[in-house]
Amino acid sequence: MLSVKNLQVNYGRIAALKDVSFEVPAGKIIALIGSNGAGKTTTLRAISGLEKPSGGTISFKGKDLAGVQSHELVKLGISHVPEGRKIFPTLTVRENLELAGWTVKDAKEVKRRIEEVFTFFPRVAERVGQLGGTLSGGEQQMLAVGRAMVTGGELLLLDEPSMGLAPVLVDEIFDKIVALNKLGTTILLVEQNAAEALDIADFAYVLEVGYTTISGSAKDVADNPKVREAYLGV
Amino acid sequence: MGSIFNLQQVVNGLQLGSIYALIALGYTMVYGIVRLINFAHGDFYMIGAYTAYGAFFLFNAVLGGSGLPMAAVALVLAMLASGLVALLTNRLAYRPLRYKPKLSSLITAIGVSMLIEYLFSALPFIGPSFRAFPEILPSVPIKLGQNATISTHALIDIGVAAVLMIGLTILVRHTTLGKAMRAVSQDKDAAKLMGIDVEKVIAWTFMIGGAFAGAAGLLAGMTYPRIFPFMGILPGLKAFIAAVLGGIGNIPGAVLGAYIMGVAETFATAYNSLLGEGIAFAILIVVLLVRPRGILGEKHADKI
Repeated sequence: MLSVKNLQVNYGRIAALKDVSFEVPAGKIIALIGSNGAGKTTTLRAISGLEKPSGGTISFKGKDLAGVQSHELVKLGISHVPEGRKIFPTLTVRENLELAGWTVKDAKEVKRRIEEVFTFFPRVAERVGQLGGTLSGGEQQMLAVGRAMVTGGELLLLDEPSMGLAPVLVDEIFDKIVALNKLGTTILLVEQNAAEALDIADFAYVLEVGYTTISGSAKDVADNPKVREAYLGV
Repeated sequence: MGSIFNLQQVVNGLQLGSIYALIALGYTMVYGIVRLINFAHGDFYMIGAYTAYGAFFLFNAVLGGSGLPMAAVALVLAMLASGLVALLTNRLAYRPLRYKPKLSSLITAIGVSMLIEYLFSALPFIGPSFRAFPEILPSVPIKLGQNATISTHALIDIGVAAVLMIGLTILVRHTTLGKAMRAVSQDKDAAKLMGIDVEKVIAWTFMIGGAFAGAAGLLAGMTYPRIFPFMGILPGLKAFIAAVLGGIGNIPGAVLGAYIMGVAETFATAYNSLLGEGIAFAILIVVLLVRPRGILGEKHADKI
């Protein structure tokens, strides 16, 4: 579904991504793990068009994404839950969700999707009139995933959904990710929390200082001695 | 004149404040969304005044007479013209510099402002000299108690400003475009990820802000009937100061700041006309010293 080949991204003279390649087959959960600064967020931002690659190709369902603007990707079917959630703090929870329906012309369809989010995340429904900025970290993460559900992409890019959350909440969020995948959404999950990510993923790639190094089925990657030592702490 | 504080000055201040408010809104909306102080904004006000002038001129020549319906048509035309110039300014001058250092757009804004002013001065049918704005509607004073009157012009100024500001509030609070404007002002990347065409939202913001300045231009022409290509400079600066006073980027703040400025200026002018011209800048200095983020502004450490 998504294919990234030899992706390079530079920030000024600093190379953030040097050679990143991976495949995301339809219907699967793919984990991209790595430590801080390995280039995980940059990879997702490049897919979403928020960073301009200086080399390599990104293609989605056979279409080359070079030159496609960020806001157009939503219509193509890519939803991105960014690092740090990026909830609009002075908009209410409902307004946050409504905006995610920007590309959906049919107002009834937007309503239906928002109702779906409420069933999926009852906690979000309880907070519907509150300002986004007043939500707890876990609620914000649920709202961020909820927004992505309203945008309605077939491919969901998730950037560190576990960041700053208590372990109980991390489990809850990850259960939801699995549930979303079962409903048919393909997921590209970027995580520092390698153990949790490898637990739910089908395939995994390890990203190290701008290179994809180790890859394979999530189980193989989890059993890889290097991964065990560096990322799983066992 | 008896005491300095009297009802008449409050009325005059609210009238002037209404015009400042319409200009200040454009400054603050554009700043809120692209963090740019659009120094050409005062010129959109001037363009509104000239468009209205031209419209009245044509009406008089073609149809004869004057009246409220013509004023209404002129208002729409002035708003359209200023809105379109604002839209073009954004597209041609600011958009190419969007992701360049802030200083580039700021200097460009000053350049655009001078370009518009001198271009208007150079145009043969406009020219650099003052023109008397036609009296499209007679100004009838209405008694307000013992020693104050409110003119029909003042009522129109205050009324038109109120209607437009209520419209803007509804737009920003309740429409999808308004929500998108707020979202874009908070986080452009996140807005893009929602599928929002950020440039389109910015363009709308420029156009609405420009249209409001255009309306102010017509009102100012009717109220202070003398127009010239550089007429936007001082009101533009004062409205900018009003926006800073209220908290730049904050919409109710701009309106509050504008009315404070309008009233302060009329009171100061009543005391001494030179003081009236300078009071805005005194207010600016005090605001920057005491509360740089303005009355309703949020804290942020942005450089212009």
